[in-house]
Amino acid sequence: MAAAAALHVPAGTLGHFDYQASPATREANWLRWTLLTLSLAFFAFFLLLPLVAVFVEALRKGWGTYLTALTDPDALSAIRLTLLAAAISVPLNLVFGIAAAWAIAKFEFRGKQFLITLIDLPFSVSPVIAGLVWVLIFGAQGWVGPWAAEHDLKVIFAVPGIVLATIFVTFPFVARELIPLMEAQGREEEEAAIVLGATGWQAFWRVTLPNVKWGLLYGVILCNARAMGEFGAVSVVSGHIRGLTNTLPLHVEILYNEYNFAAAFAVASILALLALVTLAIKTFIEYQHARAMAASTE
Amino acid sequence: MSATLFKRRFHVLPGFHLALGYTIGYLSLIVLIPLSAVLLKTMTLTFEQFWTIVSAPRVVASFKLSFGAALIAAAINAVFGLMLAWCLVRYSFPGKKLIDALVDLPFALPTAVAGIALTALYAPNGWIGSILEPHGIKVAFTPTGVLVALIFIGLPFVVRTVQPILEDLETELEEAAASLGAQRWQTFRLVLLPILTPALLTGFALAFARAVGESGSVIFIAGNMPMVSEIAPLMIITKLEQYDYRGATAIALAMLVLSFALLLAINALQGWKASQRTRNPGRKS
Repeated sequence: MAAAAALHVPAGTLGHFDYQASPATREANWLRWTLLTLSLAFFAFFLLLPLVAVFVEALRKGWGTYLTALTDPDALSAIRLTLLAAAISVPLNLVFGIAAAWAIAKFEFRGKQFLITLIDLPFSVSPVIAGLVWVLIFGAQGWVGPWAAEHDLKVIFAVPGIVLATIFVTFPFVARELIPLMEAQGREEEEAAIVLGATGWQAFWRVTLPNVKWGLLYGVILCNARAMGEFGAVSVVSGHIRGLTNTLPLHVEILYNEYNFAAAFAVASILALLALVTLAIKTFIEYQHARAMAASTE
Repeated sequence: MSATLFKRRFHVLPGFHLALGYTIGYLSLIVLIPLSAVLLKTMTLTFEQFWTIVSAPRVVASFKLSFGAALIAAAINAVFGLMLAWCLVRYSFPGKKLIDALVDLPFALPTAVAGIALTALYAPNGWIGSILEPHGIKVAFTPTGVLVALIFIGLPFVVRTVQPILEDLETELEEAAASLGAQRWQTFRLVLLPILTPALLTGFALAFARAVGESGSVIFIAGNMPMVSEIAPLMIITKLEQYDYRGATAIALAMLVLSFALLLAINALQGWKASQRTRNPGRKS
């Protein structure tokens, strides 16, 4: 199954084709307006309004309440934990993504398609189940649970469990971005580098990496957004201990369930800003990638 | 990684065994071994025990809601996603670039944030809810609320799978159809739709897979009333909170089996559709 959001060069980025110029590719005016109205209404009701609502609700009680909610010690420790979980899981999945893409894209072996299917697996597993599996292994009744308890290792209802759950749900992001890109690049350039006397690492750093840098960054950005925003999986393993095992999304839930709506939306607005920054970087990468592709085909 | 397992070949590039070994090792540690725990834990139950857990009325109701709402949401997203992709590729209108970028918001916005924002909008005192309320339409805290959240979550999948195919489409196809006397609608139904169907199905399957397991955005807007608006992932959480690990695992296994069966069916349908149109490939590359 295809990746959810593969780095793609939008046709309209550089050249523009006018479909409305020819009667063969043009719709009647009434049809065009109907389609546009319906699509944009759908977009507004399901996507744009929720985004606007986050910021309006966050500032409903003024900037004072807003800033108080964000500088609350529990909120600050939630920010720290969210950053920590992302700082561990993103690099691990990045290294994995590069290794997987190198093996899959540059070599032929039996069972390759099956391996790709397995790498995609976390995308089709419910996040709640992604949390559950770690409880089954490290929980009090789990496989390793009693042994871990003896050695004073807390995994479930502690930070390691949160990190493990985050790694699971963000597992395929970088690999899924790099595999098709590196397959499309082929292996001639690397082989030429090796024949000319480069070591494997030199070929990787100087030939492969510059070729796939935008795809790599794209995967990392999406991986990071998911790592910082994951709710279901983390909620199962966290235990919701304030100031200790609360990530930002979990902090939003706690505040909301306490009917502290202004504070919940204030914290949520930080996450929404993060999402907007992610989308901005993503759009920039697509533009750069499109330019690089256009330059290489000229 | 013995040489007998993989056919011995001469590789110019180094690092095959290291990269593949690391890939399989990490995959096993993070995904395969943990997931096998679900299967092994369930196998400590007898089949009768397993069946009693998953056929309990409250569990069955949550399965019906999760799978039903996910299928309806994916279908709605298939229709509107295709329309939105069409508008983004074919028409020019102000704010198009911004809308194109914002379509991916559900990928980037944490689901808990989406959940409380949608609840604020569709609750009886919310912006949209207060308009619908006098007409007797309740969205938040009903199964309709679950549907709204799942539509949000699945929105980008169809748009992003259909959009590249639409962009790569040769206009010659439509010109040929028009010159042979086809109406615009006939061209769409008989020429364009068959080409777009595999991508539509992929988008549908991705949106569905995401929606079935989704919990973060749903639990706020659903109201979580047992038998009415309680989703299957929440049943797992509820069982875990009661330290009923076996119950939670049995429900998880049933969910995994059901969703993989549905995804396999969609894949098979896609393969069948693709084989139907191998004679008239209508794409540039």
